[in-house]
Amino acid sequence: MAFQGVDFYGLDTLLNEDERAVRDTVRRFVDDEVLPIIGEHYLAGKFPKQIIPLMAELGLFGANLPEEYGCAGLNNVSYGLIMQELERGDSGVRSFASVQGALVMYPIYAFGSDEQKKHWLPKLATGEAIGCFGLTEPDYGSNPSGMITTARETKDGWVLNGAKMWITNGSTAHVAIIWAKTGDIKDVKSIRGFIVPTNSKGFSSKDQHGKLSLRASDTSELVLQDVQLPKDAVLPKSGGIKSPLMCLTQARYGISWGAIGAAMACYDEAVSYAKNRVMFGHPIGGFQLQQARLAEMLTEITKAQLLCLQLGRLKDQGTMTPEQVSLAKRNNVDIATNIARETRRLLGANGILAEYQAMRHLANLESVYTYEGTHDVHTLILGQAITGLNAFGG
Amino acid sequence: MKIAVCVKRVPDTETRIKIGVDGKSIDEAGVKFILNPYDEFAVEEALRLKEKAGNGEVVVYALGSDASQETIRTTLAMGADRGVLLKTDTPSADPLPAARALAAELKSGAYDLILFGKFAIDDYHQAVGPMVAELLDLPCVTAIGHLEVNGGSAVAEREVEGGIEVVELSLPAVLSADKGLNEPRYPALKGIMAAKKKPLEVKAVTLDAGGVTLLELALPPARKEGRIVGEGPDAVTALIQALRSEAKAI
Repeated sequence: MAFQGVDFYGLDTLLNEDERAVRDTVRRFVDDEVLPIIGEHYLAGKFPKQIIPLMAELGLFGANLPEEYGCAGLNNVSYGLIMQELERGDSGVRSFASVQGALVMYPIYAFGSDEQKKHWLPKLATGEAIGCFGLTEPDYGSNPSGMITTARETKDGWVLNGAKMWITNGSTAHVAIIWAKTGDIKDVKSIRGFIVPTNSKGFSSKDQHGKLSLRASDTSELVLQDVQLPKDAVLPKSGGIKSPLMCLTQARYGISWGAIGAAMACYDEAVSYAKNRVMFGHPIGGFQLQQARLAEMLTEITKAQLLCLQLGRLKDQGTMTPEQVSLAKRNNVDIATNIARETRRLLGANGILAEYQAMRHLANLESVYTYEGTHDVHTLILGQAITGLNAFGG
Repeated sequence: MKIAVCVKRVPDTETRIKIGVDGKSIDEAGVKFILNPYDEFAVEEALRLKEKAGNGEVVVYALGSDASQETIRTTLAMGADRGVLLKTDTPSADPLPAARALAAELKSGAYDLILFGKFAIDDYHQAVGPMVAELLDLPCVTAIGHLEVNGGSAVAEREVEGGIEVVELSLPAVLSADKGLNEPRYPALKGIMAAKKKPLEVKAVTLDAGGVTLLELALPPARKEGRIVGEGPDAVTALIQALRSEAKAI
């Protein structure tokens, strides 16, 4: 049965015709192409690569970037709705699109030269090139400024050395956006972004095995050993830790919406199960304890929807702040994780099966809770925004 | 190749229908509306024929209130060239006035093909398409599952009881599309953006009276809960008994 959405507050009336049309197209795509295959791919620990051309054909990559680069030129609310629907399928599928659009296409668009934009953006939009984003390192997660990957300028270009970890699309990618220090290892201002073709000599990637979460997603470790790049590999307008953090703001914005998708998928499953599963001679949906669960889920989903819609309107106006994104990412991923867990529990023993969605979403959301700024880091960002006092160092 | 496709805005198949206070219409509050699924096959077929021919125009017509503009936009997002809304706020439950309004509009369009869905999933009339054909004095083939166009003629296939009927027809003609004719494309995001720039003409129409009046709409009675009559071979006798004496089916 096709997904009907969760809209307790008539929020559809706050969306314009294009926004609804975009959402409905992606919703159908997820119903037809993602949901029938995602369970088996998750169990097999494989990203469903066959959907990449379909996603590209629909225009899902970098959909909020301008048409002159082959992108759809949508507003940010439409972009958010795309992320919502993709994550209703699976966080791994949404992650793929997030990385391609917000972490690879966006930095090229924001910090790249005209030549870089013209060369890479159309290829990335059509899926001809897949990208990944290398910021996090084995010892530098929440503290990316501490990175030890270096880029040394030579007579002919650059030489990169270092290692990156937890890189979505790392083994699939044709191109990596690598962040490295061009000056002293303590010089945070010297951080710059580089466009690195993954077939460069000295570049290697390795799948990270043993994941119990985001199993339908490629997560890799990247090693750069004396990778030589031409002078024009650097993103000319990038500079300092602010540049990668700007990319993360884009991605976190999409995650705020995506989490609603995962939450809606679980809620939908919970409602349908509660109405049909009979115990003690009654559907379990008639029991107060299950109704409390469902009421809580619907309440949190509705609040999260309102949060994201206004956040998207602010982004379209150009007034959205990173702290507002932190609030939405922190809240929405948290409530989505809780909703997935409560759905898993409402489903009883069936809730542990891959045939249902709840436990897959629950396991995925534990990663989403941690990546792109952990829940705790966003707490500190908000703490700093409220008090003006920085609590990051302890 | 110039092709007209007539489409209708209908409630989503998975919407729970409520009957309005007048007892003759459905309560539209909270109801999601979609492009009639059979019309989607018609639109897709028109787009494929145009693409194959390498030139031509696909014009989409809808009859209904302003809300039908969104339905036309969906088809423009799929790739249709322009749309025409025959606007009326007083739709008729009678297919004949609808067919007359469409035929009057289509008459001067010089279309090679006029396509419909085989029926609209809201009223199931299966009538407007053939009526338009009759009013325009054009050949008509309904519920086609396959179509080959060769210049001024075409071969269509339609599923009939226990087999396939193959029909040859001359163009221009009116055809109605069945499921299986093709796999409709998704309106891509760029298509959705492009659709905004495509022409959509709104023409007010007044429907004539026709000969059919809708008296009442009623929901089907709630289905009774099933009953398990027994298990294993013992159930057979009980089932036969129940089918004979209760259901009176055998």
